[in-house]
This record gives sequence, C-alpha cells and structure tokens, in this order.
Amino acid sequence: MKLYNGGKIITGLVIFLGIFLAPLAYNVGKAAYTQPKLKMPENEKECIESKDFMRTKHMQLLNDWRDFALRDGTRFYVNSKGKQFEMSLQKTCMKCHTNKAEFCDKCHLDASVTPYCWDCHIQPEGLKK
Amino acid sequence: MKAIYSLILVLALVVLATLGAGAAKMQIIFAYCVPGTAFVIFLVGFTAKIIGWAKSPVPFRIPTTGGQQQSLDWIAQNKWDNPSTGPQTAMRMLLEVLTFRSLFRNTKVILRHDDGKNPIVAYVSAKWLWLFALLFHYSFLVIALRHMRLFLQPVPQFIVAVEFVDSVLQIYTPIVYQTDLLILAGAGFLLARRLYDAKLRYISLVNDYFPLLLILAIALSGMYMRYIAKVDVMAIKDVVMGLTTFKFKTPPATIDVSFYVHVFLVSTLLAYFPFSKLMHFGGVFLSPTRNLPNDTRMHHHENPWNNPAIKPHSYEAYEDDFREPMFEAGLPLEKNPEEAA
Amino acid sequence: MAKILKPDEMLRSINYTPPATDWMETPNDLSPGRFAYPAKLDKVEYLMHEVPGVFGNPRTWNPSDADWQLPPNWKEIVVNGFRERLDKYRSLKLFMDICVRCGACADKCHFFIGGGDPKNMPVLRAELMRSIYRGEFTLAGKILGKLTGARVMEEDVLKEWFLYFYQCTECRRCSLYCPYGIDTAEVTMMARELLHLVGININWILEPVANCTRTGNHLGIQPHAFKDIVDFMLDDIETITGKRVKCPLNEKGHEILFITPSGDAFADPGIYTFMGYLILFDAIGLDFTMSTYASEGGNFGLFTNADMMKAINGKMYAEANRLGAKWILGGECGHMWRVVNQYMDTMNGAMQGPQMQTPVNPITGTVFKNAKQTKMVHIAEFTADLIKHGKLNFDKSRNSNIIATYHDSCNPARGMGMFEEPRYVLNSVVDQFHDMPENTIREQTFCCAGGSGLNTDEIMDIRMRGGLPRGNALRHVQEKHGVNTMACVCAIDRATLIPLADYWAPGVSICGLHELVGNALILDGEGERTTDLRQEPLPGMEEE
Repeated sequence: MKLYNGGKIITGLVIFLGIFLAPLAYNVGKAAYTQPKLKMPENEKECIESKDFMRTKHMQLLNDWRDFALRDGTRFYVNSKGKQFEMSLQKTCMKCHTNKAEFCDKCHLDASVTPYCWDCHIQPEGLKK
Repeated sequence: MKAIYSLILVLALVVLATLGAGAAKMQIIFAYCVPGTAFVIFLVGFTAKIIGWAKSPVPFRIPTTGGQQQSLDWIAQNKWDNPSTGPQTAMRMLLEVLTFRSLFRNTKVILRHDDGKNPIVAYVSAKWLWLFALLFHYSFLVIALRHMRLFLQPVPQFIVAVEFVDSVLQIYTPIVYQTDLLILAGAGFLLARRLYDAKLRYISLVNDYFPLLLILAIALSGMYMRYIAKVDVMAIKDVVMGLTTFKFKTPPATIDVSFYVHVFLVSTLLAYFPFSKLMHFGGVFLSPTRNLPNDTRMHHHENPWNNPAIKPHSYEAYEDDFREPMFEAGLPLEKNPEEAA
Repeated sequence: MAKILKPDEMLRSINYTPPATDWMETPNDLSPGRFAYPAKLDKVEYLMHEVPGVFGNPRTWNPSDADWQLPPNWKEIVVNGFRERLDKYRSLKLFMDICVRCGACADKCHFFIGGGDPKNMPVLRAELMRSIYRGEFTLAGKILGKLTGARVMEEDVLKEWFLYFYQCTECRRCSLYCPYGIDTAEVTMMARELLHLVGININWILEPVANCTRTGNHLGIQPHAFKDIVDFMLDDIETITGKRVKCPLNEKGHEILFITPSGDAFADPGIYTFMGYLILFDAIGLDFTMSTYASEGGNFGLFTNADMMKAINGKMYAEANRLGAKWILGGECGHMWRVVNQYMDTMNGAMQGPQMQTPVNPITGTVFKNAKQTKMVHIAEFTADLIKHGKLNFDKSRNSNIIATYHDSCNPARGMGMFEEPRYVLNSVVDQFHDMPENTIREQTFCCAGGSGLNTDEIMDIRMRGGLPRGNALRHVQEKHGVNTMACVCAIDRATLIPLADYWAPGVSICGLHELVGNALILDGEGERTTDLRQEPLPGMEEE
C-alpha cells in the first residue's frame, strides 16, 4: 500500500488517535474507579431529606436556602416529613458534616465542581483541613 | 421533507434508547457495548478514511491564491493568503482551521432590478455564517473537553479550568455553561438557515439535516440531564470510568434513563462520523487548494504518475508539414527542401 | 447567433428562487443556445491519433437529438474513468467526500448571479458528480439511494454534465470562499475528462487544441501566415512611430524565447498589445526570438485532459531547447499562466535543456528567483521591474484621454496571485486609474464568462448572464469615474470583454496592458507620433 505524503498524514493520524485515546492512556494501570467514600456524621443517621434527594439536588436546596434566608428573610425550612430546620449552611449542614475536605470536596473534586459557597462563607477554623 | 425524515430518524433513536435502557433494562448494553463499539468504529473508520485519501496522490500543486504572490522584492507578498514556503503555508492552514478564514470572506449577492434604469448587483458582507459556525464548533470543542471530568481521575487542572471558565457567569443552579447556550444558538442557526433560505433548502440532503438534528438532540438531552433531571453525576462517573478502564460493573440503578439516551445519541454520532460529511474535520487538513505553497515556479513538484511518454507534436513533424511555405517565407529551417527531399 | 434578451429584460428575468422540482427531477433543457456546438469529426480523429486514450467515440452528432450515439459500453467507460481519477487525484476524492453544503459558494458563481439556475451554484454543480460518486462507489449511497443524494449513472446524467460542466469557466472564485477549499474547477476538469472519453465535447475547445498541436497555435495560423501577420504589425509600428522594430522568428542563439497567446496576433485589440510588446523589446534592445512552432501561450488542453495539456505545453521547452534560449518570457494570457504557474514544471520540467538558466533581466540584472524552476517570467513582472529601475521613458500624455480600470483575469488572480505588478505598470503609463469595487477585483475578481473554452457565440445568452457581475462593476466605475477603458492581461478577456462591455457597460473599450505601455513608451529615434497604436489620433492631435 503506497501512501502519498505518508509521513505527514501518519503524523497527523497519530496525533488524532493520541488525543482521542488519551483518556484511556491516562487511566491505564489505575485501580478501578469507585465512588468516593464520604465520611458520614457519627451521631446523626438521617439528613434533612432522603439520601437520593440530597445526592442529586443538594445544590438546588442550598441555593433556595440562600435566597430565602438572605433575600426574603425566611429562616426556617420544613422538610418533606414536616420537620423544621434553620436554613443555615454553617449551623445546620456543617453541624453534622463537620469536615469539608472529607465530605463536600470528595465528590466535588471527582466531578470537577467548584461551588461558590465558600466565596462568602468562611470555613470555621476548626473545620479547616 | 428531508428535514422531517431526519427528525423522525433522530426521534426513533431517542425512543430506541428509552425503551432499550429504560423499559427493557438493557443498561449494560447501552452503557458499555454500544458506546464502546461506536468509539472503535469512529477511530477505525476515521483512520481508514484518511488512509483512503492518502492513497491518492496530489499530482499537481493547485493552491487557490488569495493574495499577492511572491515576485519582485519590492512588491509585498501576502504571505498568509498566497504562501510560498512551508511555514507560511502552515500559517494559512492554522488560520483556516482555527479561525475559518475562508468563510470569513463570505459575501452575499444582492440584486435590485426594480428601479429599471440603474440595475445594481451588490456584494454585501455576510459574516453570520462564519460567526455561528465558529460558535458552534468551539462550543462543541469546549463541551467535549468539559466531559473529560467524567473520563479522567483525578481531573486534570486544565479541565477544571475549562469547566470554571465555561460556568463563570454563575447563573442558575446547577450553574449554566455558556457553551450549552452557544451550541444551541450555533446549531439552531445552521438549521434555521437550511430551512429558511430557499437555495439552501434546495441543496440540503438528509445527510445535512440528520447530523445537525442529532447534535441538537445530543445537546438537548445533555442539558435535560443537567438542568432538569439532575442526574446522579457520581454514579455516571462510575460507569464512564468503568468504560475507560475496561473494568465494567453493573450500572447503578440511580442513573436516569436520559443518560442512556444521551450516550446512545453520541454513539450514533461517533459511528456515523467516518461515513459522512462530518469527515470535513479530517479533510480540511488535506485540501490541496489550501495546504500547499504556491511555489511551483520556484521548486519542482513531483507527480508520481507523470507519463514521460507524452511528448509534444515534434518540431520535425511540424517542419515536415510546413517546410515549403516556410522556405518561401524565408523562415529559418533545420533542413531546407532539397535536403529533406 | 441566437437572438438574446436586452440587458434590462435579462436583469428582470433573473430569479434566485429555485424551482419546485427537486434538482434530480428537473429535466435537461437542451434547446439551441443552451450548449456549444460539438467538435468536428476530423478534429476528434486527429487528436485521438496524436494523444491516445484521451478522446473517444468520434462521430457527427447533435446535442439537441435524443440519441447521442454513445458507445454501447459508455456507462462502464465513465464509471471506470471516474474510479481511475479518484485514485489519481486526491483533490477529487476529497472534494467528493467532505462538502457540507454550507452554501457559502452558492452566490459566488457569475453564472448563478446572472442566471439564477440552481445547478449553476458551485455546490450543486459538484453535486451533479458527487451524487454519482455516492451512488456508484459508496455503500450507503447504494443502499439508501436518493434519500442520501445518491443516484446511478444514466444517459440523462451525462447530458446534464454536458450542460453544466460547460457552464463553468474554471475560474475558481467559489474555491476562494469554500471553508475546505473545494475547487469546482477541479471537479469540472474531471467531469470533462470523463465526457471526452465517450465523445462528448465542444468544437470551440477541440478545434483550437487540434490546431495548436499541428500548427503551433489555437487559431491554426500556419508559419508563413504568422510571418505575414508579424510583418504587417511591424509596418504599422513604423507608420505610427516612424521606426522599424524587429521581431525575429524561429531564430537560434537568442537569449530569450518570447511566447504569447496567438489571439494577440489575430484580431483587435490583441494585435495592439502585440505591437506594444515589440515596441517594448526594441526600447530595451532585448535579445529575443519568437517561434511559429510554439506560437501559442494559451493551452486549451487544460480544458480537456491533463495529458493533452501536457502535450501542448511541452512545445515551450522543446522550442527553447531547439533555439538555445536561456529562459522564456510569457505574454499576457490568463489560463496560460495557470498552466505555467501550477502545472508546467510538474508535467514537463524534465524536458528543460541544460542551456536553460534562472531568468535574469538583462537590462536591470534582476534575478527572477520566483521563476528559478520553470525559467518562465510573466511580462507584467518583467515590465514592472524595468519601470522600477527607471529603464523606460514614458510620455503619459499620449494616454491622457484614457480613464482606465483593470480587470484581474481569473487565472493570474486565483491560480498565481499577480495583482500588484500589472497595476504598477498601468499606473506608470496612464494618469487616471480607478479600480472597480473591492468585492469584484483581485482574488475576488469575476470571470469574463468566456473562460475555459466557452467564448463562443452560440451560447451568448449564457455568456452575457455570466458577464453580469463583471459588467455591472464596470458600469459602476464608468458612471462614477468616467472610466472608458478596461485593461486586462488575458487574450480571452480581450475577445470576450468587448461584447460584454457593449452589452452591460456600452462605451468602455478593452485593451491589453502592453498596448498602453506601447502608446506611452518613447523609443530612441522615433518620429513624432500623431496616433496611438490603434491609429486613432492622440490627445491634442485630433484636428490635424
């Protein structure tokens, strides 16, 4: 099989294949991926909503809380079971999830998500890690 | 009509994936087998197509010259539009591939012949196609790069940066990516002009509507996953990483069916790619009117099938034909009539 | 010549809205005026003998007849020829595969702008061939058929090719705007090669090709007649300037071989350009000869087949070798320069004799480095160099009645990139020069609509429609600046732009660049001139 301008074209193809196979190469030799293990609160078994809800919709909840608390002045949230919580990242959420690095960051790092919670909220000194 | 066929085709794909992964519970097939196969078809098909082109030589050096040639020293050459060296040609190609320079030239003809006396044919600037094509392609690129967060562990800083910039406006929750809107605008414009411009409608084929609608469907299904269904990203990363590390496991049940629809549409695009006009992605690099310097008066270009047996009608035959009248006219001859006789 | 519409009627008839029928369903219109006459039998037979394998099926036929007398295996010939060319030309293969039908080219073609026939949109012109490529060579096309724009080769397709690949002047304007550089000229060339294999051709191309092969020039001027013409021009120059200049023919031992299109030797206004060359050569004492064997710069072979083009082009080097010329100076011609700039050395470079050297201007010493491989220099480059070095004395007042514009011919524009040299020369010899609007000049120039062998009178309607963009731009500068002369560097332009200007911008005359040079150039020992090269009174001499 005779190729014309083969050198340049093969070089181009190698670059092309290199780019498209890079994700495979990047992961070669690494252990099978497993979802990060989160450090769960020790003395609280139930979150304010179900686990599934919290997994996929916590950002929406936090966003709503911010709007309610800061813009409307509503400070309390009633969950689906009728239980009341103060809308506060630090007083409510981080009361149980005390460690940002061991909880929030775990998934956010893997999913490359950079929430802007911490643009305003200051991590309590004791929680920094 | 061709647009409707294409739309039906794309909807059929959506239904197929919904039924397959959702109702028939064939998640493993839709999560691993289909995209894996499609990816292999894409790579092999793409490579085969390029090799197929490489098998044909470029017999002549035929750049379309878009500016002043290199000639006398005191005449400024337009090096990017009429290159005469390799680096200049590389520059022309870079501008072509990265900035769609030829499309930037686009004009639109306007013909006015109502006022009777003074007919006017005018050529007005028409950069919309260039702008939206550029938006469309760059959005596509950024979106593809962004998705690498699901394919790579740990996520490289570069991808994090792309992600950050693309969501820098911090609107809505989850934060809206600008490229999601831009690709809809780009693809939407490309589709709209095909439908509204009578000339374009006339030349458009199923081969044109189908990939456009498919890409729109991919974008919309992706946006549905993110903004409406709010799928479990970590579970999806689990599946995708299984695919890229060849360590397959049963997909978590928490994954929304929209994920399988999205993956199925992308798989269709990958498998369709090498056999379609989408190969312009590879072809643009090989176009002989762009990727060669305009230098065949300076350097020899070899045509592999040049046939040395093709010779001009010889002077000898010419003189034999016209010797008498040439002699009478006093034109110089190789052999005068007596010698030839 | 068929009677054609008046300009305003033609303008009113243009409609860019495509017909209701899909283009594959739109029947061919083969009424008179829609096609150029087929080649004469003896020309085809002669060429089949001279260059085997290029032409076929010699016969007397008429495109208006239902039966085109094709060979029984015509389909096989065309499909095999197509396959062979896909393997020989990456350009063809690529251009068949990667078009996305974005439509950027659609309104760039002069034939579409002036006519509105959708099959004259470059994208659709190429689609005429691409549909066959899909239907005959791709699996998807074979299975899915018309849905994917595929069809198989049929006689009507062949007729459609004949109609539309002879409504393309290979000007490459579409290629400039294509984001992938798809070049319709390349597609047209391939389609014409395939048509020639089964004997579908036009006389306006094949007769010049046959003539050029035998007599050395397209017009069939035999050597003794060529000498008469040259002598006649020398007489005229003597009448005008009072000086007898020289034009050596077929003489050995001169430094330079000069080759120009034979159109310049044949008719107005080319002959004035020819006289301009001879005056220029006398003014600088150039050591040159012309040749009757290689008395054609143009190459209509380009419009038939690569092998035919090569055979005709080979005469230039063959004659330079026989006469011992060191390099070749080329005259004003459009497609000649496409061939010289992009094909000549590749095809025939091996023929160059050892006596040939990198061209050096003997007067200024300038080395034409950009021509070091072909050893061939364009006369506009040559003259611009002379003027830049102050070697020519001009009396611009002799051109003071001229308000000039300049028509960039397609081939030197988009197949070479010669824009500044002719403008520099023009500005040096006339006082008043105005370019046409920027979207109609330089690399964006519009064709004269008679290129690639279409400058024949039986398709005058097509030509005038195709001439609209150029004609309208000319009309614009005529009204705005009073332009009365359009200069050009192409012999076909000098023939086709005259009816075009008469039709779309009456009152503008056409001339070659070197006619204006010849007018303004002061020769040593010349008498007082009272007329220009056309023997019309010079400005200020009208009363005498």
